Amino acid sequence: MQHTNTQDTLVGLFVAAGIVGLFFLALHVSNLSSFVSDDSYNVTARFENSGGLKVKSTVSSAGVKIGQVTAINLDPKTFESVVEMSISSRFNSFPEDTSASIFTAGLLGEQYVNLVPGGSEDLLKNGSAIEITQSAIILEKVIGQFLFKTAEEKADGKK
Amino acid sequence: MGFVQYLGKTTLANFNKLGRSSYFLLHTLLGLIELLPRPRLLLNQLYSVGVLSFLIIAISGLFVGMVLSLQGYYILSDFGSEEALGVMVAASLVRELGPVVSALLFAGRAGSALTAEIGLMKATEQLSGMEMMAVDPINRIISPRFFAGLLSMPLLAAIFSMVGILGGHIVGVGLLGVDNGSFWSQMQANIDFMDDIINGVIKSLVFGFVASWIALFEGYDTIPTSEGVSRATTRTVVNSALSILGLDFILTALMFGDN
Repeated sequence: MQHTNTQDTLVGLFVAAGIVGLFFLALHVSNLSSFVSDDSYNVTARFENSGGLKVKSTVSSAGVKIGQVTAINLDPKTFESVVEMSISSRFNSFPEDTSASIFTAGLLGEQYVNLVPGGSEDLLKNGSAIEITQSAIILEKVIGQFLFKTAEEKADGKK
Repeated sequence: MGFVQYLGKTTLANFNKLGRSSYFLLHTLLGLIELLPRPRLLLNQLYSVGVLSFLIIAISGLFVGMVLSLQGYYILSDFGSEEALGVMVAASLVRELGPVVSALLFAGRAGSALTAEIGLMKATEQLSGMEMMAVDPINRIISPRFFAGLLSMPLLAAIFSMVGILGGHIVGVGLLGVDNGSFWSQMQANIDFMDDIINGVIKSLVFGFVASWIALFEGYDTIPTSEGVSRATTRTVVNSALSILGLDFILTALMFGDN
């Protein structure tokens, strides 16, 4: 191997390019940058039905992403869905009587938790529970109700 | 009777080969101890395995990314969701195409060269010559090439994905007019660091391991004639490609199954 210096430089460039590639993927392509050194606090909310909500689903308020769902469990006594969310500490001024509802982004989009602040003086803290909740809208249920209602109206009209 | 005898013979031969290749792998891995005090050996091989594969990987990545973007756009625009183009390009590159295509190219570019090199060394009795001088040919020749392959593979896959995403960006945003902001923001919102990127790196490490192992073993185990070397080189490319694609299915099922 005669040209060791050129070779060293080329190997160095190659390894550097590979590491740049990994950093590019980590910081520019993935969600790593949005969670680095970001303190957060956890709150829970109980829903009658959490629908298609998943771990890592978005938690937003007024359309701005403020956190994500960290766990979804079923309460074995009340059979309610217990949703744990971690919210960025930058948004720590939510009142205690904030309400949580599960919405769908678009007609067939992903489901997310929307927080609407209330008017209380006390604020949500780490570990608090959100009392006022509204369950996910299950499309089949709505269509079922609609069909049932039209059928009923028709039956009434015939009498 | 002839068939039964043939079956028994092939089974035994295959088990024999499996045993030899496992012993060979163990010996190669132990060669790391000898390799650490001599980083120069590894550096030379990083050059011939990694640097020389760089160009083909980068150019293929660019074209794969551009084609993905073009095809994705046609389908996504039917549903009016062109903004998801960034996610589609990035997810398919980072999860599948980056590790798999770069490993296939690596097997074709570097693996075949390794097999031919080692096979010719064996055919011209250079390996026996080393043994005569009390130099372990596995420690001296095989180990550096193996670890160079193992190290290069994730780097090459990362370069492939990066260049592919940039190529997809050129076509999607530059030519087809997808919004630049939503291209990146949708990508960042949907690509997870642990689930997608780290799993992609693990995949490419596994592929690098398997492709280097097959290439080096086929070279080391070749019949020392011109025909033997040519057959070994063919077997390297075929077996590496099949193992990479088969392992990719298993790894994908294990990694992305529970979503």
